[in-house]
Amino acid sequence: MADNRKARIKEFLSRFFRNHELKDDEDIFALGFVNSLLALQLVNFLEGEFGFTIEDDELDFENFRTIQNMDALIERKTSAAGVAV
Amino acid sequence: MKLELSDAQKQARLRFREFVQQRVAPYAGGWDREERVPLDVIDQLRSHGYLGAPLPVDSGGGGMDAITYGLLTEEIGRGCSSLRSLLTVHDMVAFAVRRWGNAELKAGLAARLGSGEALCALALSEADAGSDAASVRTEAVREGDEYVITGRKKWITFGQIADFFLVLARLEDKLTAFLVPSTTPGFSRTPMHGIVGTRASLMAELEFNGCRLASRHLVGRPGFGLSHVFSTALDLGRYSVAWGAVGIAQACLDACLEYTANRRQFGVPLRDHQLIQRKLTDMIVNTRAARLLCYRAGYLREIGDAEAMAETLVAKYFASQAAVSAANDAVHLHGGNGLTEDYPVARYLRDSKVVEIIEGSTEIQQITIARNPPGEL
Repeated sequence: MADNRKARIKEFLSRFFRNHELKDDEDIFALGFVNSLLALQLVNFLEGEFGFTIEDDELDFENFRTIQNMDALIERKTSAAGVAV
Repeated sequence: MKLELSDAQKQARLRFREFVQQRVAPYAGGWDREERVPLDVIDQLRSHGYLGAPLPVDSGGGGMDAITYGLLTEEIGRGCSSLRSLLTVHDMVAFAVRRWGNAELKAGLAARLGSGEALCALALSEADAGSDAASVRTEAVREGDEYVITGRKKWITFGQIADFFLVLARLEDKLTAFLVPSTTPGFSRTPMHGIVGTRASLMAELEFNGCRLASRHLVGRPGFGLSHVFSTALDLGRYSVAWGAVGIAQACLDACLEYTANRRQFGVPLRDHQLIQRKLTDMIVNTRAARLLCYRAGYLREIGDAEAMAETLVAKYFASQAAVSAANDAVHLHGGNGLTEDYPVARYLRDSKVVEIIEGSTEIQQITIARNPPGEL
């Protein structure tokens, strides 16, 4: 299940990281591709794709820094809400 | 693929159009000259549920779907861009606060913002910070459980009358958003006059001189003010402005179809001249193309697609240029009359330049769209 989630995130991000094979533990901010538009698009994508809402106090760059971290956020959010993704 | 308005959306458009034809369009030229949208027309927007229309009902808003909201914005923009800009800025801020405001802030305010009872404005630009929004100098300092805001903002649409301002400031050099009530001690505003376009939008310069705020007025977390809070507002703003631009283009087309049918030169109506037909055709096609892009963006917003932001950029980029082009041709087709206040097209031209600049100029859109291309249709 986690691999599937990571693949969906990677597919979304790949459009913005052309010619770069993004690794699960790679810092997407350090790569320099993330502007404010993509940062918000990423939030919208995670919410829409996995069915939860990111609250104001969950705005933490660590949650979005790597695919692994995003997957962990999804796991926390969906397990708390009892949502299968 | 089905590209068709629902019956409810068609009926809503008729209601919006009737409202604008009766209450807005006949007076827009006068408001423009007086540099002021009257408060009673804002009351009418409020009583019709047109302020806060896209916010969810549980936030006191109208719960309007994205397409219907677009139709509303187009129709208001067709009559008066200054009034449309109130919808834009109020909804941007109310939407961003609803999305990123903390529970304590929303508990006391959401319904007032959603219903338009309290008016909102976006306080982003400064004298030296326009397209480069991250360079704002307004500063926030934390003192105990409070924040103290100091700085100046410029070009604030409806800044003369708004009750709340979403302010971007630097907090320990992190871009951070705050919602500042206009009643805060230390806040003052100065009307701006002589603006070329959307002249009736009650623009102001704002000063925050040690405005002390309770911590609940922080919107989002420190460091996320531009990337998430203001980006949320600006995304809705671009959608609204794109539709407003379609409204300007349509108004230009309406004016030109009438004028070229009645005005005769060389023994025939203007519209019978082929070079005039070319301009009319460009106006018709570009207006329709802009509207279709707005439909596309609206559809994606409605279904919560992550592509919606990118498509909204595309729609705003195209529609704002279509409005400028249509307005430029509209003035030209009206000849000397187009340069007078006896016809609305000069106002359309002035207003169209505004929609090409606000919520990201055409040049900023060119950079952003290339860097964030939408996916395949």
